[in-house]
Amino acid sequence: MRRFLLARLAQAGVVAVVVGTLCFVLMRVLPGDAAMRIAAGRYGPDAAIAEAAEKVRQELGLDQPWPVQFLEWLGNLLRFDLGHSLVTGAPVIEELKVQLGASLWLAAAALLLSLLIGPAVGIVSGLRPNGWADRLGLAGSVTLRALPPFVLGLILMLVFSIWLGWLPPAGFGSWRELILPSLTLALGLAAVSSRVTREAIATVAKAPYFAFARHKGLPEAVVVRRHGLRNAAIPVVSYLGLQAIYLVEGVVVVETIFAYPGIGHALVHAIVERDIPMVQGTALAMGLIFVAVTAGVDAASAWLDPRLRRAQ
Amino acid sequence: MRFALFLAAAATAIGLSSAAGSAEERPLKVVGPWEIGGIDPAQSGYVFSRLQVAETLVSADPTGKLVPALAEQWSVSEDGLTWRFRIRAGATFHDGKPVTAEAAAASLRQAQAGVGVLTQVPISDIAAEGQDVVLRLGKPFAALPAYLVNFGNIILAPASYDASGKVTRIIGSGPYKVKSLTPPLKLELEASGNWWGGAPEIGVVSYLAVGQGETRAIMAESGEADLVFSMLPVSVERLKRDPQLEVKIATIPRTRILKVNAGSPFFDDVEERQAISYAIDRAGITKAILRNPDLEATQLFPPALVGWHVSDLPPLEHDPDAARRLLAEAGWELGSDGILEQDGRRFSVTLLTYSNWPELPPIATVLQAQLREVGIDVKVSVGNSSEIPSRHRDGTLEMGLISRLYSIVPDPTGTLLQDYGPGGSDWGAMGWSNEELQALVDKLVATSDLEERAPLQRRAVEILQEELPGIPITWSELAIIANERITGVQVDPLEVNYGLASIRWAE
Repeated sequence: MRRFLLARLAQAGVVAVVVGTLCFVLMRVLPGDAAMRIAAGRYGPDAAIAEAAEKVRQELGLDQPWPVQFLEWLGNLLRFDLGHSLVTGAPVIEELKVQLGASLWLAAAALLLSLLIGPAVGIVSGLRPNGWADRLGLAGSVTLRALPPFVLGLILMLVFSIWLGWLPPAGFGSWRELILPSLTLALGLAAVSSRVTREAIATVAKAPYFAFARHKGLPEAVVVRRHGLRNAAIPVVSYLGLQAIYLVEGVVVVETIFAYPGIGHALVHAIVERDIPMVQGTALAMGLIFVAVTAGVDAASAWLDPRLRRAQ
Repeated sequence: MRFALFLAAAATAIGLSSAAGSAEERPLKVVGPWEIGGIDPAQSGYVFSRLQVAETLVSADPTGKLVPALAEQWSVSEDGLTWRFRIRAGATFHDGKPVTAEAAAASLRQAQAGVGVLTQVPISDIAAEGQDVVLRLGKPFAALPAYLVNFGNIILAPASYDASGKVTRIIGSGPYKVKSLTPPLKLELEASGNWWGGAPEIGVVSYLAVGQGETRAIMAESGEADLVFSMLPVSVERLKRDPQLEVKIATIPRTRILKVNAGSPFFDDVEERQAISYAIDRAGITKAILRNPDLEATQLFPPALVGWHVSDLPPLEHDPDAARRLLAEAGWELGSDGILEQDGRRFSVTLLTYSNWPELPPIATVLQAQLREVGIDVKVSVGNSSEIPSRHRDGTLEMGLISRLYSIVPDPTGTLLQDYGPGGSDWGAMGWSNEELQALVDKLVATSDLEERAPLQRRAVEILQEELPGIPITWSELAIIANERITGVQVDPLEVNYGLASIRWAE
């Protein structure tokens, strides 16, 4: 257990340095003058951008050689100081607290909803492969996964905000505003996880131990609960780790259309506005979350599957 | 089945909770596209000024006439060098402190040291003398009161600034004060309780920045928002049919212009620039993309800019034959591939634009097609807005499609001074200058008498129409959607102040 945690901690450290360096290099090789971009981001396209850019350059020390700037960033990182946003002037850590918090709520709600929908549909489909529920599940899954999140989001807004008038189409602050964006993400997640669950359940259902449980006369519900779920959960849980990638790309789009102040929204703006500390901070946070998610998935898999523990 | 039951139960719960009202005062829900990046007045001052949190010394009514705000009255010395602004008696900041001449002078000094429009005024000293803020100038500048209308010059309480002069909180003097701010998207306001103009009709306001036009339309349509600003043309038609919504449209002093490099061999002759103008079918663009035929820019300034729109000026027209003739006169001949050539050089240029305004890239591709008709090959490149000024500076810009605002200060002289001065400017002329126009603008800067100004303004517009250093394409509109729940909404084409304080709930 201790070795596991130490290894993960080391991994997190490596991820932090690699992500930070990559961001730094990528933002430097992008074409265009950073001071101009920052000035345009701060003061908008109606302002006298070129004059403002000169002041920005002096204020931020952008004319320093890049190794100096990089070492400064690295030194600050070691002191857990992510610096200040070049556009808003606020400490990056403060901005991350708000935005990361908002995104984590969104991601957690999406994951929860997808777990309510995906595996349930998958189990129903997998127990009767090629039955009507399975075919319906497949059709739904293909349709939902094929729809880009912004189309799905707009459809949900039309249905729940305009036709039914139940939920606000955008905004944030209460659980009502959280439902539509998280449902948009959850349907995309569930589209795939339901199929993964269906395959896992179908495989388990064909397994000799499953047949044996049935033959010995256990009721169907007990068979599924005792012998089906845990075995089928192994691939589903590993797949959840992969879904974190979908969530990251999903929040960027979903947060933008639902006017939700999360990390994806912030990252897009930071890149356009060449706000390097914000890009590094957000990418770093995302990278570390990734490490945490994979660690969590590994731990859960080890708990579900004793063979993995023995192999270690 | 159990899952279906769960869904039904969840749906009922949502339906019930949305029906349940709350005891708190219902906020006026305002939605617009503007995000609140940082709270520095030069950055987001317009949000605080439009939503009436902070005030400037001078304001402007919807026709552009300057009206007193925090300054009750103002006067200028005989030589035009000393301006006195008398601070309104009884005006109070949201922290309870009175608005003093010292506080106003301090805010203006910060603005002058920053990057806003005040840096363009030849101010030598800003001081407080009794109830007066006194601005001393290096040379006469009649447009000074108009410059003070700009949102960068809002007056904030001394407690808004930290020791280094940075704004850390917005403590203004308007009818609304900040209750909470979640940058970049949400701002909640409540009545300040001590505004000199009386209490606002609706006590609580909630502003949400929604960047996506489609989402804003749905916010209006679902009734979630009471007042929605800046609607996409495609949504306007649909929303007009909704009986619960009222659509208000105003033409604003913003013109989409084709900025051309008059120093390049493609656009150095005035015939070439006129030919480009003739090649453009403005009516088609306004009809197909903007869906409002009134926006066809037949001259630089729209009718809303009183005194600057010259109604009897010969309009810019679509005439491809005239375009071809003028290009031939300028020495361009049709090559074998259907593209014009001159001394072995093909008429092939890059048109740079940016996507801050979603309509610019589609208009750019229409221009590409229309210019191809007369034998000009255009490549469209969509980038960041800062690329226009940066490629203006290094001289590599050939053509740029830009959206230029003429009410950054309510007097367009300010923008003309900047755009068409010697050597041009980032958002103005490139490789073009005109001595007569410069003399006119210099005179306008020093003249405040309206009758004296009128012929000067007219002549300036004529020169721009004839010489076309920038080719006007379309004017712009501001579309506002108001729910039937509210009444008293006014559209301010200058976007100085949205007048939220006088909006009421409908009976």
